[in-house]
Parts: sequence; C-alpha cells; structure tokens
Amino acid sequence: MSKRKVKDVHLPTGECITQLQQVLRERFCHQRLPEKPEGVEAQHKNLLELLRRTAVHGESNSLLIVGPRGAGKTTLLRCALRDLLQDKDVNKNLLQVHLNGLLQTDDRIALKEITRQLHLENVVGDKVFGSFAENLAFLLEALKKGDRSSSRPALFVLDEFDLFAHHKNQTLLYNLLDVSQSAQAPVAVVGLTCRLDVMELLEKRVKSRFSHRQILLLSSLSFPQYQQRIQAQLSLTDAFPDAHFAEEWNSSIKTLCEDKSAQDVFRRQFHFSTDFRSLHTLLVFCLSRVTVSKPVIKAADVLEASRLCLCDAKANMLHGLSILELCLVIAMKHLNDVYEGEPFNLQMVHNEFKKFLQRKSRSMFNFEQPVILKAFEHLQQLEMIRPVDSSSAKTQKEYQLMRLMLDNSQIMEALQKYPQCPTDVKQWSASAFG
Amino acid sequence: MTGVLHHPGYADEKLQRVEQLIPCRELQAGMLVSLMGQPQHYSYPSIFIYGHRASGKSHVLHILMKELELPHAAVSCVECVSAALLYERVLTSFFGRSAASFLPRSPSLSEFVRLYRHQRSQSPAEQTRYIVMEKAELLRDADANLLPALLRLQELVDDNITVILLSEIVWEKFRPNTGCFEPLLLHFPDYSKGELQQILSTDSHPSYSAELYSSYINILLGVFYSVCRDLRELRHLAALNFNKFCEPLTEGKVKETETHKLWRNIEPHLKKAMQTVYIREVSSLQWEQMQQTEDEGGALRGLSAHTHVELPYYSKFLLIAAYLASYNPARTDKRFFVKHHGKIRKTNFLKKNEKTSNHLLGPKPFALDRLLAIFYSVVDSRVAPTASIFSQISSLVTLQLLTQISHTDQLDAPKYKCSISLDFISAVSRTVNFDIVKYLYDFL
Repeated sequence: MSKRKVKDVHLPTGECITQLQQVLRERFCHQRLPEKPEGVEAQHKNLLELLRRTAVHGESNSLLIVGPRGAGKTTLLRCALRDLLQDKDVNKNLLQVHLNGLLQTDDRIALKEITRQLHLENVVGDKVFGSFAENLAFLLEALKKGDRSSSRPALFVLDEFDLFAHHKNQTLLYNLLDVSQSAQAPVAVVGLTCRLDVMELLEKRVKSRFSHRQILLLSSLSFPQYQQRIQAQLSLTDAFPDAHFAEEWNSSIKTLCEDKSAQDVFRRQFHFSTDFRSLHTLLVFCLSRVTVSKPVIKAADVLEASRLCLCDAKANMLHGLSILELCLVIAMKHLNDVYEGEPFNLQMVHNEFKKFLQRKSRSMFNFEQPVILKAFEHLQQLEMIRPVDSSSAKTQKEYQLMRLMLDNSQIMEALQKYPQCPTDVKQWSASAFG
Repeated sequence: MTGVLHHPGYADEKLQRVEQLIPCRELQAGMLVSLMGQPQHYSYPSIFIYGHRASGKSHVLHILMKELELPHAAVSCVECVSAALLYERVLTSFFGRSAASFLPRSPSLSEFVRLYRHQRSQSPAEQTRYIVMEKAELLRDADANLLPALLRLQELVDDNITVILLSEIVWEKFRPNTGCFEPLLLHFPDYSKGELQQILSTDSHPSYSAELYSSYINILLGVFYSVCRDLRELRHLAALNFNKFCEPLTEGKVKETETHKLWRNIEPHLKKAMQTVYIREVSSLQWEQMQQTEDEGGALRGLSAHTHVELPYYSKFLLIAAYLASYNPARTDKRFFVKHHGKIRKTNFLKKNEKTSNHLLGPKPFALDRLLAIFYSVVDSRVAPTASIFSQISSLVTLQLLTQISHTDQLDAPKYKCSISLDFISAVSRTVNFDIVKYLYDFL
C-alpha cells in the first residue's frame, strides 16, 4: 500500500466513511446510473440511435427490451434517455410518458395517466373523467391530428410490458402500436419485460402492428470480467473529496479481489446467477460492516455476507421448532418414506409417533391428543405442511389430508444442528425402526 | 454491555437505551441498524425479516423506530383489509392527515404513487422513511401487483424509502410467478432455553426475591419447553401459575431455599395446566378462580366436555347408525346387522391391515339407504319411516354432526359422512345402552 501523502484535502476518517457509505449506498441501493453503460455498448448505441430517429426525424418506432430480472434493462433505457436529452432541441421537443404495468393495472387507469403526463388535462377540462371511449377518442384525435413534420414526438415507455398484455382486448397496446404504424404523430413505444415469450402473449392484430425489433439483454460475462465489474462497483472515483482516502480504499479493494477466499465466494455467486441485483445484496451486507474502527472490507466480511445470503431459510425455521413439533415432522418423514409420498392426516402421524413411544417406552413425550393437534396446527401455520384440498370445512381437523413441504435432506440437516436433540429421536429419524 | 450497538449515524446514548430494551436481540438490532445506515443515506429498497412467532421481530423494529426517532409508518396487514387503508396509513404518517384526504374512494396503486410523488416534491425525505409491515404473508392474498410494487417502491416513488416486511413464513413462499425485486433477507433466530430463562426472569414479583422467581421459571421451562417455545405463551403461563407456586411459602410450610419441595408441589399442577389452560380448555379466568377456591385442578368441566348435546331418542340411533356406516366397510354389514346370516369364515373376515383402518383414514361417505338399513337393525322396536325421521337426519346435518357430501339439490340418494369423534359417539350410545365398540370392525 503506497503511503503517498496527499495534503490538499484531508478529511477525518469518520467523515470519509460517511462519504464512502453515501456514494456506495447510492450505487447499490438506489441503482444510481453509471457514467457509461458497461458491457452493453452495442445495445446502448442501437437504442440511442433509434430514439434519436424518433426525436429528431419524427420516425415512429416500436421496440422491446427483453432480459431477465436485474439484467439492467431500466438502467440501459435511462442511460440512453440521459444521453438523448443532452441535445437541447430534443430536450425541448420530446414528450415522455412513463407507464408501469404494476401501477396501471387496467386501460382506464393507464389512459388517465397518459392524459396527465401529456399535460392534456387543461385541454380536456373535466373531460378527463369522462367515459373511457371518449377519453380514448380524444387522445387518438390529438395524436392523429399531428403529422410527421409539425407535431412533437412522444416517447411511451411501458415498464413490465407483459402485464399490459393481460389487459382486456389489449386495447391500449393496439392503439399505441397502431399510431406508431400509421402516418400520424411520431411516437416511439418502448417496452421492458422479463418474459422471453412475450410475443406469444400478444394478440395477432397487435403482434402484426409491432415492429418486432427486440434488444436482448443476456449476460455473457466470463468470470474474470465479472470480477472486474465487482472491483469497479466497489471502487471510488476521482470525484471523491479526500483523494488520499480514496486511493487507500481502492488499493484495499484491489487486494480484496485478489484474495483467494473472497474469490471463491464471488465464483460461487457467479455460478448462482450473473445478474448484478443479487451481487448488490451481497455487497450491501459487506458494506454495512465497514465502520470507522475498520475502514476496509476484509475477506472475512465477504464470507460472512455470503453465509447470510445463502443460508437455507427452511432449515433456519426448523431450528426453532419445539421438540414435539420436530418429532411430528420426523413421523411425517417416515410416513412419506413408507407410503411413497401419499398424503397423510393427523391420526396417522400420531399413530406413527405412538409407535415410536411404545418402542422406546418413554413417558416423557406422552402428550394428549389436543396438545399434539396444537403442534400440528402450528406446523400448518408455518406452511411446513399444506392441506391437499382446501375444503377444510367439510372434514374434521384430524382427518384432513396433508402434504409435507420439506425435503428429507433438509430435515436431517436441521436435526444435526438442533440444540440438545435427544439421542433416541436422532436414531429414530435415521430409520423408522430405530 | 457497551459497544455491541454502535453506529456513527445515531447518538450513543440512544443506542444504549435501545440495547437495554431488547434483551438477547442486540446482534440482530446491530445488523439492522448497520443495514439501515445513517439516516440521510439511502437504504436497501426492501428488507424481509422472518422468524418464529414471538422472536422479537416487531418489538425490535418498534423500539428502533421509536427510540431513534425515525420517520416510519407501522402497518399491520391484518388491519388493512383493503389496500386503500394501507395507502391512507402510509400517507398520513409521512405527510400528515391532510395528505390522505386527497385519496379518492377505492384508490388504485397508480393514484397512491402519484399522490406520494406529489407530496414528496413538497417535502422531500431528509431521512430514510420506513414502512414496517407486520404479518406480511397476508399480502400474498391481496392484489397480485401489490407485493411486487411494494418491493420496488423506492424506484416507483423515487424517494428515500425502505419497506420492511415481517413474517413467520419463509421468503420462498412469497415469490410471485414472474419474479420481483428481491429483498434483503434477515433471520431472527429463536430464543435458546437460556435466553428464554433470562427474559422471563426479568418480570419478577416484587414481594419475592429474584432468585426464587428464576428458579420458578426454571421449573416451568422444564415442563413446557419440550412443547412450547413461544415467549408470549410461556410468559402467560408463568403469570398464571405463580400464585400456586408461592402458596406453601405464604402458608409457612416451606422456606424459600427448599427448592425441591417447591418443585414437588408445583410440578403436577403444571402438568395439569398443559392439558387444560395451554390448549384453552379452561379459560385463564376459570383457572385462577379454581386456584383460589382450592379446587382440584381439572375437576371443572372444560370446553370439550360441553360438546355433549341432548338429542331425541331416534336421533341418537340415527347418529349411531351413521357412525357405523361411516367407519365400517360395507361388506361387513351382513355379519354385524343381519340376524341369521350365513356362515362366514372367521379368518377371512378378520383379515385386515392397519393401513385400511377407518379410524386412521377418516370417515367414508355412505348412502341414505344404508343408513336407514342399519338404523332399523339397531333400533329394537318397529319405526315407521315418517317425515320426522327424515327431518331429523337433515337437522343432524344442520348441527354439523353429519355432513352432506353430495350437492344439496340432489333429493334421491343423498350421501352423508359422519363427522364426530369416537368419544362423542360412545357417550351417546351409553345413554341408550348400546355397546358401539362391539359393532365396530376396527376394534374387533
């Protein structure tokens, strides 16, 4: 680590850490836009060119950006928009409408939102709240009246595009794409979706009006590239106020990325998924362990963070069960083994449990039926067992058929970790006749 | 004790006060505080906290929010039966009462987000805002788009906001079909026996020493720990039975140091409590009264003893017939109910394996004809099939002693199932001097 003294700005360590946390948290939690799109330069250029053609030349377009969750679809679009709006003419001229499939759950709400975002409420007056057909007719009229040369281009961004395809008759999609096909006001329709089969969802008439232009965002990173990205994600830029601290931090990150055990963790994460959302959760856990007294990320932190990220939640929950509930789970496991996955009811489980008690002849676990029923219901509440059919009112509680929602290996692993597990229960779990 | 909770964003004395209020949860609170970061920084959009019932999830969150004075909206998903109530609660706690009044009737999520954005532009967040949602598993039953939208609320409203979900159920059971923004997962582990002892010992009785109370808790855990790890339940049981524990002390029979005698006195009492109070057979009030009147515990008739109902004579026999029809296989009817049946080979008749026992599998449906045939066979006198017999059958259905399997519009050959327990039917048959066990195939 070089100890070059940079004396221009030197903040106290606490202040530096605060700054560091702010910068990195904005990057990981708030999805701050990077300076330049990384790894998707070609797609970015493509998208930017397309949007510019709409904004400048008044060409109507439609496009889908498809990619798995966390692949950077929104980031790509936002980067392209930011670069596009740097042009002053475009900035003044382009109208933007942002819709989200999660929020605008039907066409009526979506239409209201479009009118609002185009600032047409003044024009429509109280007509905003008129009938759906009227509203649509007005909007279409407004769009149709324009022509390629004079009217301002509009950009429609449809986030969660696949949800719009579930609207009734796909009216909104049909009309938007229809406008983009005919020689009316110039619009660009950009859809973002994570479903690869999104074209199958569209109706035939809608599909035929779509330009079938798609940008596919599939990660094709190799591990060394992935690691470089991690390093870049964690590093500070020159804009950081304390240059000395930034330099030290960056060199510590470099040593971290060369560390063998940290690399193993990153490799495991890479094999899990290559998207950056899941990496960010890992890094947030690491970052939260950086304090004034320990202003670096160590390999041990990365290990601890991955342990937190990858732990099996069901095994965690099994750890907290009482011994009676655990015995019932083991009885269910045996029933599953013997009857090959047939559903069971409380009576069978109780019977199996009683057999165990008889063999071992221990009075310690001799509970009454209602106490066992209570434990059974607790398991149901935790959704470790689930009723086969939901008509619960018709059958008695003790005869309702259930299925176990746990794997054998999960149960065995949880038993190994269970604090003060009685030996005979352990033996019983290993075999039904233990 | 100092130094477990420490964060530059918050004053040390505040954090120390928090630490005192949450025994045995310092580690989790520390993790949570460091994840939340300093108040003005961004925090992760959504955090999902899971753990068993009464493992201190909402308590820790509540204390943190209150003591650190963070802007937050506490929402219980049980209360918010409609999404509108949820939106109103959130807007009211962040922007005051007037903001929520702009909400239209039955607002959509879109309107909520628009209103939130509007309010935010007037008073932007200086600190991270938190929405704490308890019993988050109920969100799965709400609109399909609510949970995914809440998980990415930070992006949608473009504000420094974090949604914290608390649940008993693991995250795998929440994930929607098309995926969503994955939250940070945080586990609150269960309290160990030592921790339970430590927490329960804190609320000791003023007139007795702390050691005595802690030894009482030790005995209590010895009885109940194998069944119940729920802190609230244990605390309730501890409060209920402490007077009984102290009885020999007040009478002067035993000194405080004689733990063994105290244990001998209380243990059978606690075992009885497990069969009565723990499963709410006897209400807590009745249990306390019982202790005061020196009544023998359990002598009082519990809830299940009241299930006995007075039925007309023929209804009892109808019920018996229904039980027999439900739990006996139809092929054995001849052997049981026909007076002069032919020879049936005994070995063949008794051949059965345990798996097909109806007392294990539950009642089987039967047709009305079979019910009536068995009924005429078990009733000694001649009964005319009058309307009153049939109406008694349907009133048994209304009383939920029988269930009708076929649709109610089917008038010919309806099918029924008997939905009562063996104890109940034995009690009923005893009143009419009928030995039911003799007629049950499973007990032959």
